Amino acid sequence: MGNDQDAGLSPAQSKALHRLAGIMIPADADYAVPPANDPAIFADILRSLGGDRTLVLAAIDALGPDFPDLADAQAEAAAMAFLASGHASITALSRTVLQCYYRDDRVLIALGMEARAPFPKGHVVPQGDWSLLDAVKQRTPFWRDDRRA
Amino acid sequence: MTIRHDMVDVLIIGAGASGAAMAYSLAETKMRILCLEQGEWIKPTDFPANGRDWEARRWTDFDWFPNRRGRVTDYPVDDADSPMKVANFNGVGGGTVLFTAHWPRMHPSDFKVNTLDGVADDWPIDYWTLEPFFEENDRMMGISGLPGDPGVPPRFPPLPPVPLGLTGMAYARAMNKLGWHWWPSDVAVATQEYEGRAKCINLNHCTPGCAQGAKGSVDITYWPLAIRSGVELRTRARVREITLNEHGMAAGVIYYDAEGQEHFQPAEMVIMACNGVGTPRLLLNSVSGKFANGLANSSGLVGKNLMLHPWPQVSGYVADKVDGGRGPMTNLWSKEFYETDTDRGFVRGYTMQFSRSAGPVAEAFLAASTGRLPWGKDHHRVFRTRLDHKIQVGIACEDLPEEHNRVVLDHDNCDSNGIPGAKIEYRLSENTQRMMEHGIARATEILQAAGATDIYCPRNSLNSPGHLLGTCRMGNDPARSVVNAWGRSHDVKNLFIVDGSVWVTGGGVNPTSTIQAIALYVADQIKQRLATLFD
Repeated sequence: MGNDQDAGLSPAQSKALHRLAGIMIPADADYAVPPANDPAIFADILRSLGGDRTLVLAAIDALGPDFPDLADAQAEAAAMAFLASGHASITALSRTVLQCYYRDDRVLIALGMEARAPFPKGHVVPQGDWSLLDAVKQRTPFWRDDRRA
Repeated sequence: MTIRHDMVDVLIIGAGASGAAMAYSLAETKMRILCLEQGEWIKPTDFPANGRDWEARRWTDFDWFPNRRGRVTDYPVDDADSPMKVANFNGVGGGTVLFTAHWPRMHPSDFKVNTLDGVADDWPIDYWTLEPFFEENDRMMGISGLPGDPGVPPRFPPLPPVPLGLTGMAYARAMNKLGWHWWPSDVAVATQEYEGRAKCINLNHCTPGCAQGAKGSVDITYWPLAIRSGVELRTRARVREITLNEHGMAAGVIYYDAEGQEHFQPAEMVIMACNGVGTPRLLLNSVSGKFANGLANSSGLVGKNLMLHPWPQVSGYVADKVDGGRGPMTNLWSKEFYETDTDRGFVRGYTMQFSRSAGPVAEAFLAASTGRLPWGKDHHRVFRTRLDHKIQVGIACEDLPEEHNRVVLDHDNCDSNGIPGAKIEYRLSENTQRMMEHGIARATEILQAAGATDIYCPRNSLNSPGHLLGTCRMGNDPARSVVNAWGRSHDVKNLFIVDGSVWVTGGGVNPTSTIQAIALYVADQIKQRLATLFD
C-alpha cells in the first residue's frame, strides 16, 4: 500500500486514502487502465503529498474513521457524497490523485500518448490552413489612430 | 557587521523584463552598472519539461503564485482581499521565466484615454514615442508573428508565427463565420533558430519555463549580452531599503545575501525594476525622516492605482480532437472589441486571447474542479471527451486606475530576511464587470460557432495573469504622479522606476512588450540627459 509512514500518514489514514483513491478513479478493463489505488500509483501519491498533505488528511478525517471498513456500496456512496460536498479539501485531494494517476505509463499509453517527458523530443503541431486568414487580411485597419483624433 | 561595497554608477534592482532591458541599453555608456536580484539563475535543466512530473511542478516550485511556490527567494503577498491573485517569479528573468510569452503591444489609444474617452488620465508619453523601442525590443526578444494585422498599428516581428494548428483552425473558422477579427498572436517564442536560441519544438504550455530555450525570457535574451558588455549581475541579493544621503538623494541600498549577511551598496543612481508589487513594497519599506510614508511618496500615490487585468476564461469542448497541451499556449488574438464603443455599455475594451489547452493532469484537474469530470465509473469515458478537445478564450480586460486598489505593507507576513511582505486590496469596478460580461458573452458565441458544448466560465476564480501595474504612475504633475515622463522620481532625482508600476492606465494587453519598450525609452532618455540628469 506504499510507505505511509514516510508520507506522514498513520496506517488507518493510508488505508482510507487508498480506498478513496480507488473509488475516485476505478480500474476499467474496456480502457485498459488501472485504478488510482494501484500499488505503483498509490505509492506515487504517498510520495507526492507535499504541501497538500494537511488538506488530504482533512479529507480523510471528514470521511470518518469507519470509512475503510464500510461495505463497497456504502463506501462508494460516502465517498461520492463527500466529493460532491464542496469540502475545502477536495481541490487538494483531486490534485494529489490526478497528478500521479495521469503520469503513470499505463494510463498515458491507454490515452494514446507517449509515456515520456516533453523535453527533448517535443511534439508536432501542424501549421494548419493559413488561407483562413485571407478574409481578415482584406479588412480596413480599425485601430484608433490618436494622431487623427 | 554591514559589508560596505565600492560605489557603482548605476544600481538596478531586479533582473526581470525591465531591469534586463535597462542594463543592456545602459551598458554602452561604459558606466559601472550593477544589478541586484533576490532570486537565482534558473538552468534549462531545472525546468519541469525535463521530467515526468512536469505538470505537477506547476503547483510546486514552478507555480506562478508566490505563496504556493514558497521558494526562499519569494516574498509573501497577501491577496485574500482581492478576487485577483498575484502571480510573479523572483529570479533572473523575473516574470518572463513563467510568462505565456504572449506579446501584444499597448495601442495608441491606450495612451490617450482621457482625451479620447473621458476617463482616467492620459499618459505623458504616447505610442509613437515608444514605437522605435517596441521595434528594438522585438528584435532583442525574438518575436514571432505576422505583419499586416488590421487591428493593430504596423509592426514587423522578425520571425514567422507559431503554427495555427488544429486548435487555431477551430477558432479561425468560428471567427470567420461571425465576421470578427482574428490574427495569429505575436509571441516571444523562436519559431526558427534565432540569435543562438533553439527553435520551438512544441514541448507543452510555455508558462512553467522553456527547457528548449525557445521562449524569450530575458535570462537568455538580454542578460547574456548585458553581462558580456560589462554589467555585473549579483544574485541572492535581496534589497531591504533604499537609503538617502544628506542631500535627499538616493545613497544606495541595504541588502541581504543568501546567508543573511547585511550589505550596503552605494550608487550614484538607483533604478527600480521590481514589478508593480515589489517596487511599491520596497519604497514603502524605505522610510526616513524626509519620507515618513515611504520613499518618493510625497504624492501619496506609491502603491495606489493597482491594475491587474481581470481575465475571465471561457472554455468548451469540441467533438474533433485539437492540439491539447502540445505547442505554445498562445495561439491567436482578436482586437474586435478592443477600442471603445459606448453602445456596449462600458468604456475601453479588451483583447481576446485564444489558447491551446493543457496536458492530461491539468486538463483532468480543471475539468474535475469545475464539475466536468466525474469521479467513479464514468471517469474514463468522460475524460476522453475532455483531453485534447478543449478550446478556451481568455478576455484581457482593461481595469481603469482607482486609488482604493492598492499595495500596502504586510507587517504580519515577512520574507525570509524579516522584511515585511505585501498585501493587495483590490475591487472590480462596475465598468470592468460590464466589460467582463460583454466579453464572456462574445466568447460564448465564438465557442458555440466552433461547435463547442458544455461551455463555462468560472466567475469566482478569475485567471490571474500576473500583470502588476500602476502603483508608481508617471505624469507631469508631482502631486498626481510618482515619476516624471521619463521615469525619474519627482522627489528623489537620482531614483528611477522602469517596471509596470509607472503605467498610467493598463490597456487590455499582456504588458511585457510595453514594459520593456518603456524601459528602453527611459534608458535612452538617461543616456541623452547624462550631463544634466539630476538637475
